[in-house]
Amino acid sequence: MHTHTAMSPSVPLQEMIRAIRSARTQCEERGVIQRECAAIRAQFRQADNGGRSHNLAKLLYVHMLGYPAHFGQMECVRMIASPRYSEKRVGYLGAMMLLDEKQDASLLITNSIKNDLSHSNQYVQSLALCTLACMGSAEMCRDLAPEIDRLLRASNSYIKKKAALCAVHIVRKVHELGELFVPAARSLLSEKNHGVLHGAVVLIIELCEQNPETLERFRKTVPDLVQIMKGLVLSGYSPEHDVAGISDPFLQVRILRLLRILGRNNEGASDSMNDLLAQVATNTDSTKTVGNAVLYETVLTVLDIKSESGLRVLAVNILGRFLLNNDRNIRYIAMTSLQKIVGTDHNAVQRHRGTIVDCLKDQDASVKRRALELSLALVSASNIRSMMKELLLFLSSCPPELRAHAASGIFNAAERYAPSQRWHIDTMLHVLITAGGDVRDETVPNLIQLITNASELHCYTVHKLYRALLLDISQQSLVQVACWCIGEYGDLLLKGDCQETEPVQVTEDDALDALETVLQSHMSSPATRGFALTATMKLSTRITDNVDRIRSIVSIYGSCIDVELQQRAVEYNALFRKYDHMRAAVLERMPVIEKNSPGHTNGESTGEAVKDVPTAKMKQGEPLLLQQPANQVCDLLDLLGGSEETLQPGPAVDCLVSGLSVHAAGTAGGDLLDLLGGFEPAELSPAPQVLAYDKGGVTLTLSCEKQSDTGLTVTLTASNSSDSDLSSFTLQAAVPKSVQLHMKAPSGDSLPARGTAKVTQMVVLNNPNKVNLKMRVRVSYTRQGSPFQDTVQIDSFPGLDAAGQ
Amino acid sequence: MLTCMRFLLLFSRQGKLRLQKWFTPMSEREKKKIIRDMTTMVLARQPRSCNFLHWKDLKVIYKRYASLYFCLAIENQENELIALEVIHRYVELLDKYFGNVCELDIIFNFEKAYFILDEFLIGGEIQETSKQMVNRSIEASDMLQETMEEYMSKPAF
Repeated sequence: MHTHTAMSPSVPLQEMIRAIRSARTQCEERGVIQRECAAIRAQFRQADNGGRSHNLAKLLYVHMLGYPAHFGQMECVRMIASPRYSEKRVGYLGAMMLLDEKQDASLLITNSIKNDLSHSNQYVQSLALCTLACMGSAEMCRDLAPEIDRLLRASNSYIKKKAALCAVHIVRKVHELGELFVPAARSLLSEKNHGVLHGAVVLIIELCEQNPETLERFRKTVPDLVQIMKGLVLSGYSPEHDVAGISDPFLQVRILRLLRILGRNNEGASDSMNDLLAQVATNTDSTKTVGNAVLYETVLTVLDIKSESGLRVLAVNILGRFLLNNDRNIRYIAMTSLQKIVGTDHNAVQRHRGTIVDCLKDQDASVKRRALELSLALVSASNIRSMMKELLLFLSSCPPELRAHAASGIFNAAERYAPSQRWHIDTMLHVLITAGGDVRDETVPNLIQLITNASELHCYTVHKLYRALLLDISQQSLVQVACWCIGEYGDLLLKGDCQETEPVQVTEDDALDALETVLQSHMSSPATRGFALTATMKLSTRITDNVDRIRSIVSIYGSCIDVELQQRAVEYNALFRKYDHMRAAVLERMPVIEKNSPGHTNGESTGEAVKDVPTAKMKQGEPLLLQQPANQVCDLLDLLGGSEETLQPGPAVDCLVSGLSVHAAGTAGGDLLDLLGGFEPAELSPAPQVLAYDKGGVTLTLSCEKQSDTGLTVTLTASNSSDSDLSSFTLQAAVPKSVQLHMKAPSGDSLPARGTAKVTQMVVLNNPNKVNLKMRVRVSYTRQGSPFQDTVQIDSFPGLDAAGQ
Repeated sequence: MLTCMRFLLLFSRQGKLRLQKWFTPMSEREKKKIIRDMTTMVLARQPRSCNFLHWKDLKVIYKRYASLYFCLAIENQENELIALEVIHRYVELLDKYFGNVCELDIIFNFEKAYFILDEFLIGGEIQETSKQMVNRSIEASDMLQETMEEYMSKPAF
């Protein structure tokens, strides 16, 4: 340990410190400290023994370690009152550490301070001034303000500089006292001593900030301040104040600050400091931090006052240079400053866009963050393509805590300035692929909305998403959008030919494989699996060969442990079995989603979207889909233009509307799914059911719905009340020659025992000649390995009169 | 009340406090919380980060010198770069006084570290911008202490 100190160390203090430090545990330390404190307390109570300052010093050390020391407060008061300088010194130190204005004891030192302010020795005065400026209460300030004012005028520089800062404290504590110090502050500006000058400038800043009228009066000092600065900047080397070639940077910074306050919102004052600021900006050496500190303050001043445009450009250029500085502190403050002016001086900042974008690659996390903010603020229609390249690059390697912000910033920029729809979709996909885990929930419906709007790009989009899905199924948002698209545009995916991408053969099994992988993966969230299941279901109307595979997937998930998934599967099952005639309509192509429409803002999976299909769709869809595949329906929608989501069908649609009966369509989409809730058609359909066949435990009931003058839908429901399961259950039907018959796919081909499940099949009839309607039905099944066949003739249909009308 | 500087803390790499100067009135509880927050935040910083942090409505400027962290909190509108210079100036003053100052000097002579600080800053503002002036003042005060003791012929120790 080095002891070149002018003053000898306090041995008792250092012995105690040594003792405390050699304690090996916290417990031991506490023991030492308790003993020491006891001894100190005892000493305090004794008469003056010459060791008081050491005792108090010990206590202050203990206090710094975090132990209570309030019993030393009175000792501070006593020590301050002592005639001994050494005791005063420690006493005042103790007061600053242990007393604050809230303590009663602080009042007791007011008198000592008052006396010491007029002490013959300036070092004693200094103690009082320092303590008053540190912890003087409002009362003490009021009491001693006149004394401080006196010291400001009459004393030597050493005292004046401290008195100035005391005055600052007083003015902060008691604003009205500001007026008292204005004259003294004004005259201090003509002092040569830098310490005093600095104090004067700080005092004037405080007075101006507190009182706008005072600020007006001090505007007259601008020429003086300019002179002082000029002296500092242009003078030669001054050993007293030099810091790395800059003459008194602390004072320069303070004066620049005062100039800023005086020049703000004032043309005249700003004009008179213009030249000086330009001079400082150009002459200050920027190779060291201290020079840059002055430049920084200059730039802040230039940008805050009413400076002429040339000077502003100069200031922004300095910030631009800062961006290239090796010192990351300098780069950081350049960014924060540019951020503040990117709104007001946008073009000037744009000139440095390249450097700012480079800072995205900076090592320092704070600089990166600032660069991101600034880059996003600089994106415009003219630079969107190049900026997005950089931002996407940044996204792929940026620190995790910045990803969400970067992703959302990119989305906003893309939305505002996207040069084309394809670019927009590509960009959003890129973000999902790179940072899908960090995007907000609304991203999925937003992207879906965007995709539906870009109808020429459906094929391209679904191909791209399919490929992305093959590579990685861990990013939930990406997977959700991909599933939705595959479900929705699966037909386009399977067609294979797409102008925008290389042709790739995707089979029905490939597409279903992809969706099943998502369904089964442990990485998929429940919401994602919902998307995948719905997409799988939707494919049932867009593929031709593998519907059975879909049926089996859907039926498996009917017993899934996830309730949401289970419900979906059950509903889709029902769609297959009971409402097969509606399946195509329910699952057909979605209309273009407008922003702020229910389908758009809903963040949940397309289970909701299915609900929201307007009934007009239902009306158009059903008869068409008997004959046409789904994409022709899409073409029809295009013919109708943009009115798809209105509930009133347009004129072109009327003739196609055959009208599903009310109880099937329901009043709104929501009712539709309610209808599909149960397994019992009886409770849902008011149409009467007739028992057509009953043998060997197998029953066949039928119900009818008139679709039109000549059209009729018959639903056959088979049930097995015997004790053995039946498999390969099929129904065949025959009708009179002139009647057209179309049998829809049955819901299944197995009839389990004891009626636990039914098989339904829809038969669509058209009787244009209105002949007497009869239907022969052949029932075939296998029971315990042996085949069985039977035939039944149905002569009367419920709901129709005897003539079958 | 707004001072340029709000507080100055010195602490070791293990988070042990070596000096605390508060430029605005604060309760003991608040002080303890700030000390905890500052030591945690600063000690968690990566080695090649910049020296500026944001904490509540303040800027925190910190720099490591050997085994000591100097942590200075300033108002939001203050100049960070000059704050770094303030820290550096204080270190230079300590170094001149103690001669190649190290953490132990500040531990065993903590009251002197305060005396030096009180000749450099007052009420959260710089009081003297000249290194030599501060040094001279400290020497003179120390001299006064010695001679006053002799004059009063009462042994200091």
